[in-house]
Amino acid sequence: MPKPPFPCLEAGVGWHNQLIQYLVTGITTGAIYALVALGFTIIYNATEIINFAQGEFVMLGGMIAVTMLAGLGLPLWLAVILAIAATMLIGLAFERLAIRPVRKASVMNLIIITIGGSILLKGAAMLIWGKDDHPLSAFTPAPPLHVFSAVVTTQSLWVMAGTVLAVILLHVFYERTITGKALRACAFNPKAARLCGISVERMILFSFGLSATLGAFAGVLIAPITFTSYDVGTMLGLKGFCAAILGGLGSNPGAILGGLVIGVAESLSSGYVSSGYKDAVAFLILLLMLYFRPAGILGKRAEKV
Amino acid sequence: MKKLAIVIVFAALAGIVAFSVANTAEKATETYKIGAVIDATGPQSGLGEPEKQTLTMLADDLNAKGGINGHKVELILYDNENDATKSVLLAKKLVNDDKVIAVIGTTTSPTTMPIVPILSEAKLPLVSCAASWKIVKDPDTQQTRPWIFKTAQSDSLAVSKIYEWCSQNKISKVALITVSNAFGDSGLGELKRLAAEFKIDILDEEKFGDQDPDMTAQMTKIKGTNAQAVICWATGKGPAIVAKNLKDLGMTQKLIMSHGIANQKFLDLAGDAANGIILPAGKLIVADQLPVTDPQRKLLIDYKTRYEAKFPGAKVSTFGGHAYDAFMILTDALKKAGPEPEKLRAEIEKTKKHAGCGGIFNMSPTDHEGLTKDAFVMVQIQNGKWELIK
Repeated sequence: MPKPPFPCLEAGVGWHNQLIQYLVTGITTGAIYALVALGFTIIYNATEIINFAQGEFVMLGGMIAVTMLAGLGLPLWLAVILAIAATMLIGLAFERLAIRPVRKASVMNLIIITIGGSILLKGAAMLIWGKDDHPLSAFTPAPPLHVFSAVVTTQSLWVMAGTVLAVILLHVFYERTITGKALRACAFNPKAARLCGISVERMILFSFGLSATLGAFAGVLIAPITFTSYDVGTMLGLKGFCAAILGGLGSNPGAILGGLVIGVAESLSSGYVSSGYKDAVAFLILLLMLYFRPAGILGKRAEKV
Repeated sequence: MKKLAIVIVFAALAGIVAFSVANTAEKATETYKIGAVIDATGPQSGLGEPEKQTLTMLADDLNAKGGINGHKVELILYDNENDATKSVLLAKKLVNDDKVIAVIGTTTSPTTMPIVPILSEAKLPLVSCAASWKIVKDPDTQQTRPWIFKTAQSDSLAVSKIYEWCSQNKISKVALITVSNAFGDSGLGELKRLAAEFKIDILDEEKFGDQDPDMTAQMTKIKGTNAQAVICWATGKGPAIVAKNLKDLGMTQKLIMSHGIANQKFLDLAGDAANGIILPAGKLIVADQLPVTDPQRKLLIDYKTRYEAKFPGAKVSTFGGHAYDAFMILTDALKKAGPEPEKLRAEIEKTKKHAGCGGIFNMSPTDHEGLTKDAFVMVQIQNGKWELIK
């Protein structure tokens, strides 16, 4: 039987029946990428550093939750909260120990330090937890729901709801609180912010803590879907980074949009083209974007130097 | 000047004395040095770690029993960290510096392939624990490589066993989902190559990446086909996610997996979603369910007991079994033929009816794998346990 190039477009196989499923899957994955991308954006805005340890924060959230749950026998909600809190502390410590002592160095040096931090965290996680994958139980163990012709697992709903919640809280924080406004001021013009009495150092520390919190939040949300292991952060970090770039580095709505675009593009391309080209499609979109609109979808127009 | 000359002469003399002393010391004990390169850490550590432990255990036990014909065995084991470049360096070190008589390893095909030419050139036997048939046969000329052997069952045997089971159960339409790495690509190649022979129609081919978080999109596509069974070819966490996605989507197709998931880790990860999965597996994981007449039964149970006693908390695995077979085949040949490389090589080639963990080995000058598809049994996962399909 000769294989048609696009079996889904054959008569009898309703491609539209599967479309909703692909979208649901894409949005779930995309929401995860978006959360990671937001973490990149927060630190970039405050410091211009691209924090390559962002993926490791995601890993830490998931792994610590697994330890609290399976190792110490705590209830799931407590394990999740403690995991996020612990990762936040690690994020703060990372800034104090690795970034602040050399803060006068160039941004490029600081970025390289974050790569070192990422390797360190990953290595430490390997020594502590070993190299195995670990499962985390779903937040609400219920059978999947049927929406039109698609199947939605309850954990997917948690991921989507969690992302929306994070975005709303972040928005309120940036727009309505003094700290949030101070953080934005630092991003806009550190010198002027300092003149206004804002402690830029404290804001940088704060941005690392916030970013680690978001990363850990993403980590515990996805662990029930995709398991977690010491090296889970690398790929997620990379995809999140792409999402941040695609959306326009430094733009929060852009990070969300970038994550969703990559997630949905991956899902649709594996559905309608070939799953072998899934990653290629995601990166192709990124390359085209960078070529035609280097500042990203919602990014500020790149400054000419 | 004179003083310096005396010092140099003296140093040279001391060197010669030391060298000859060391040399005689070596002669007196005449240890058989066996090298091993194992992927003990890195992404494939789930496979490599039990191999490392098995080899250490076997070498210790053999020495405790007096070694081979009075010769102690020294196992020089290196970890290549699943890195092909490190594999090459370590194999060269074993050959040139440690002067071993044979090498066991590595764990995976991508790390074994680059050391095949090194051992072939050095004219020393290599017994690999990896699966690809390209290790023992040159893919271009189809010639058997004289110095290279392997103990892990080839993918083609597992595929034949799966297709045989499909035919017996009147399944003729399948969909494939494979991981995009060497293991998945090799499996995919064999699945496509052997399909015609067993009259199997492949309706869809899907792929996923090693670290992909979710395979729902691919499974949705498969759900839309008329496939009676889904064959998933991957190791690690991917197959567990596939099993979960299949269950969440409410798919009724039979899920068949490769022998690559035959470890406890998979059962832990997949949990309930693993129930009903069918796979070909070496007999080790169902040793106690085998009929008493099975020639491998006693050996498998013995290996399991010894391994789990020596490494409390560790579970015996098929992959450790490949190292077990490599060590036993090599030391059996050493016992009969001694350490002279050409004789040792010829003796390994003469291995016949050797009951091992992976099957009954019958090597020949043209077959350096020595196994048939009956090295596998079909197993079904029931409530987190492996059940032999009789």
